[in-house]
Amino acid sequence: MIKIENLKASIDDKDILKGINLDIPAGEVHVIMGRNGSGKSTLANVIAGNETYEVDGGNITMEDTDITEMSIENRALEGIFLCFQYPVAIPGVSMAYFLRSALNAHRKYQGKEEMDALEFLNKAKAILSELGLDDSFLKRSINDGFSGGEKKKSEILQLLTIDPKLAVLDETDSGLDVDALRTVAKGVNKFKNENNSVLIITHYQRLLDYIKPDVVHLMIDGQIVKTGDMSLVEKVEKDGYSWLEK
Amino acid sequence: MVDKNQQVIDKTLDQEYKYGFSTDIEETKFEPGLNEDVIKKLSKIKKEPQWLLDWRLKAFDNWKNMSEPTWAKIKYEPIDYQALSYYAAPKQIKNDSLDDVDPEIIETYNKLGISLNEQKRMQGVAVDAVFDSVSIATTFKKELSKHGIIFCSFSEAVQDHPELVKKYLGSVIPATDNYFAALNSAVFSDGSFVYIPKGVKCPMELSTYFRINATNTGQFERTLIVADEGSHVSYLEGCTAPMRDENQLHAACVELVAHKDSTIKYSTIQNWYSGDKEGKGGIYNFVTKRGICLGDNSKISWTQVETGSAVTWKYPSVIMQGDNSVGEFYSVAVTKNKQQADTGTKMIHIGKNTKSTIITKGISAGEGQNTYRGGVKILKNAENAQNFSQCDSILIGDKCGAHTFPYIDVNNPSAKMEHEATTSSIGEDQLFYCNQRGIKLDDAVSMIVNGFCKEVFEELPMEFAVEAKQLIEVTLENSVG
Ligand SMILES: Nc1ncnc2c1ncn2[C@@H]1O[C@H](COP(=O)(O)OP(=O)(O)OP(=O)(O)O)[C@@H](O)[C@H]1O
Ligand SMILES: [Mg+2]
Repeated sequence: MIKIENLKASIDDKDILKGINLDIPAGEVHVIMGRNGSGKSTLANVIAGNETYEVDGGNITMEDTDITEMSIENRALEGIFLCFQYPVAIPGVSMAYFLRSALNAHRKYQGKEEMDALEFLNKAKAILSELGLDDSFLKRSINDGFSGGEKKKSEILQLLTIDPKLAVLDETDSGLDVDALRTVAKGVNKFKNENNSVLIITHYQRLLDYIKPDVVHLMIDGQIVKTGDMSLVEKVEKDGYSWLEK
Repeated sequence: MVDKNQQVIDKTLDQEYKYGFSTDIEETKFEPGLNEDVIKKLSKIKKEPQWLLDWRLKAFDNWKNMSEPTWAKIKYEPIDYQALSYYAAPKQIKNDSLDDVDPEIIETYNKLGISLNEQKRMQGVAVDAVFDSVSIATTFKKELSKHGIIFCSFSEAVQDHPELVKKYLGSVIPATDNYFAALNSAVFSDGSFVYIPKGVKCPMELSTYFRINATNTGQFERTLIVADEGSHVSYLEGCTAPMRDENQLHAACVELVAHKDSTIKYSTIQNWYSGDKEGKGGIYNFVTKRGICLGDNSKISWTQVETGSAVTWKYPSVIMQGDNSVGEFYSVAVTKNKQQADTGTKMIHIGKNTKSTIITKGISAGEGQNTYRGGVKILKNAENAQNFSQCDSILIGDKCGAHTFPYIDVNNPSAKMEHEATTSSIGEDQLFYCNQRGIKLDDAVSMIVNGFCKEVFEELPMEFAVEAKQLIEVTLENSVG
């Protein structure tokens, strides 16, 4: 699905990603763990095309298309979806309006007919009820006055509505209570199928008790230093990261 | 990102103003210049009664001794009042039938999206069309008169309802009120007149569409709306002008009178030509708008969407004289290129339990300068007066400016005052969020700005809320990169 080769990125001349290699085939769930400040969110942002970061080398390929130079919205339309670590509020813009605009931008790009308000409402309501959210959620301004949990659920609502090819979850599990964590996990499992991929950035094992990862990567100082299976997660939970440093 | 923003901002400045065409018709026009004879000639053409001519001349006398106000945060070339013509009217006009109106003018309004033909007209909206100094046509007059509602041009009102005009003209904005109001009082040419009788709820939206066409002509219209006891009216004005290299002066006066238990809702969509990207040309918009809640439980609500004009100087105000009366001001003001807007309101609380709300949204792009200037005055006897003010500004790019000047004067300790003000830049993070969801930059900007303006747009009548949204979209197209 997505292939990242020797990706280097910086901000204000400070090198952050120092040669990342990552290959996530369709149907797989990968996990990245790593210390605070090691560059995980930066990687997620660079995959999404955030122009705050300078790409200094390497490339990103999405299903054989080189997207390294592609604009943010075109990458999104090509199927990249980022669940933000800190989703930003847009006062006065309702969730319904925003999400239908986003969905229709995707449908248009795929040559599909745009969805009318009623059809959209039915689709969104079904997802809302699965996430244990009230229909009134759609009327609220995006992320404006949302609780931490609501923000994360809102990201999952958007993920399930847009149904992209690659979902990058940046600490979607942080700050959730036990029930919300389960709900979010249920959402991700519902999204997941053999034709799409998931990249989970996390600090904890708890989400991975619900979503079984295929591959686990450990990141230190802008590089992936170890790749393995679920046992790496257990090792990190127990021993932290210092054993990776020589 | 920042460089790219700038490029795209610069690109915006090339946006065409789509109402910038001019109409080539024969007009009767006064020679430039302003003196008593000009006023007498104007009054004579309009077959005005002596009292009105006297009123004009007195205003003119006053004006000569006044000076242009300089306190606003606007800069403009000095206006040469002797170089302007004070009357321009299409040669053939007759208000009775649309058949007599020059087809060129009907076509002009069609191009502006305003059909003067009642059958084709937006349902439930009556229109008075003012072209330069005269009213061309007023639709749905018969229908409205069935309810006893008077909706006609100001000139007609002077002929047909002189007692009403005499009673209310200048009762809210005295001829000596300020420099531009005095000038308007001396030379006003036409405008709209509305009277809603006791207990009548006006069955349709009333609107006036102002169009400046002639060159070197000032437009000085006068609007007077009187809502008698227990009545209700919603009124909307729209304005456009051709693109011309020289600046044109527009100095209007709008007076609203709300009697006991009545409501007047006055909405404006102002889209005068704003000048080119170098700041050349555009309308100088110096407007005095004021309403008085005369009776108890009356309400006046101003809503304005100001996107045009090179310079805007405008403070729609409400005097809450009746007990329990309500004044509201909702405003969206957009400045781009070199536009300057100094706008706001004045809320004057006289009666008991009076309540005012001020919500303003300033949007600055390009090199635009946007100033909110608002005053709230609570008089000694205004027990339990309340004001809520919220003034928000948003900046697009780094060459523009937003300024807020709130003036508060409280003379009764029971007053409850609340004031909030914010200034923010359109966030790169908000744009990134929208883009990441597949939403294009232009759409994202208009979405964010429309969201920012939501509380104001919600106050507009339905038909016009859509128009206002689109106007913002067109105005801000390509303003961020
Ligand atoms: N916009 C920015 N401006 C300046 N520095 C930044 C910016 N974004 C990231 N950095 C820096 O880059 C480094 C990596 O940050 P990043 O957010 O990618 O870490 P992370 O692995 O996601 O950490 P966490 O686990 O705390 O979320 C940090 O040193 C951070 O300060
Ligand atoms: Mg992070």
